[in-house]
Amino acid sequence: MKIKTPLTDQDLASLKAGDQIYLSGTIYTGRDAAHKRLVALIKENKDLPFNFNGTAIYYVGPSPKKPNQVIGSAGPTSSYRMDAYSPLLMEHGLKVMIGKGPRSEEFKKELVKHKGVYLSAVGGAAALISKSIKKCTLIAYEELGAEAIYELEVEDMPLIVTYDIYGNDLFAEGIAKHQKRKI
Amino acid sequence: MRILDLKEVTKNVRDLFIDACENIGDDFLSLLRKYQSKEESEIGKKVLDQIIENDLLARKEHVPMCQDTGIGVVFLEIGSQVVFDGDIYEAINEGVRQAYVEGYLRKSVVKHPLDRVNTNDNTPAVIHTKIIPGDKVKIRVAPKGAGSENMSLVKMLIPSDGVEGIENLVLKTVFEGGGKPCPPIIVGIGIGGNLEKAALLAKEALFRDINDESEDEIARQLEIDLLKKINELGVGPMGFGGTTTALAVKVNVYPCHIASLPVAINIQCHASRHKSIII
Repeated sequence: MKIKTPLTDQDLASLKAGDQIYLSGTIYTGRDAAHKRLVALIKENKDLPFNFNGTAIYYVGPSPKKPNQVIGSAGPTSSYRMDAYSPLLMEHGLKVMIGKGPRSEEFKKELVKHKGVYLSAVGGAAALISKSIKKCTLIAYEELGAEAIYELEVEDMPLIVTYDIYGNDLFAEGIAKHQKRKI
Repeated sequence: MRILDLKEVTKNVRDLFIDACENIGDDFLSLLRKYQSKEESEIGKKVLDQIIENDLLARKEHVPMCQDTGIGVVFLEIGSQVVFDGDIYEAINEGVRQAYVEGYLRKSVVKHPLDRVNTNDNTPAVIHTKIIPGDKVKIRVAPKGAGSENMSLVKMLIPSDGVEGIENLVLKTVFEGGGKPCPPIIVGIGIGGNLEKAALLAKEALFRDINDESEDEIARQLEIDLLKKINELGVGPMGFGGTTTALAVKVNVYPCHIASLPVAINIQCHASRHKSIII
């Protein structure tokens, strides 16, 4: 399935945990340090560097680009480190987050509450993922280097719907299906 | 006595780190393919396909296979007949500096764990040194990512916990890590010594050839049993469920105190990058 930003509530409602999708359009990067700053801006009632509506935050700290590249290798980082920050961002309109790995129960509850989705990119497939990034523009926090916020134009970025708006969890379902040994 | 030019050390460390980040071993790729062909989950199969495609692309285009090009880990074995004029640790760090700056690798090291200011050249590396007989220097390097390192631990078990206690600890650690450490993983296990020795054993276990097996009979059996049991946990590629959770388990052992059973578990993601040279 192909989807494009800006993502509407209807788009998000059509996504089910386990769907393999291709995302195109504008998204923004942000990981630990950028999240800390975004949360501080919200708490101080200050303007955000980009509008959360209809877009996604991709948890990535790319490697430096070589002279012929748009961006360096750009795979997802572990999402659970953003769990403490995400609920406040969702309260301010963020509905789509892209990363890798399981997240906290608290995050999952908030996600369902805000009718958001959590998408996974394949961790470590960083060279391949960078091919779907067509443009990369620095928009905030240059001093954070790889952790700065970049606006990305992506084309057919391969993703897997992991938590959907209905509370389905691909990790829990997938593991339950294949687990032959209990601990 | 052999005089070693430290510039040679720097040059080799530089090249090894860049090589490690861009070029996964053929032995590792073959193993990935083997597991891909027998993976029971459809999504799991596709994830493994993407990883293989990615690793081949990284090689072809000379780019890092993963953006997390790690903190540098170096195991140094210095022959007792080798002398060098200067500081070998600085020579290694200069190699790291050159690799990360000139090789377009991500700088992921902060100067202080609490104020967290980036050193901007990925130094310093974590360097372990052994003195060995002879006139050669062996350098083994690994850029170690944080996603899998964060899922690792050391636990001081007691002798009565035995093999069962160790197995339970490993299975629990792998299961609870789920998709976080980027499975399929390699599990390095250090058993014995003391607190820090166990951790070192586990780290060194990750540097072993992917297809080798322990020379110690008990450790070898544990490697076989644990690999099977881990893959029955169902975690699967990237934690989406499946039969490929670990590609290998490596157990290194060392004598220990009569009252102790230290166990360290060091998790390695599928970007299992390590290279070595003898100079």
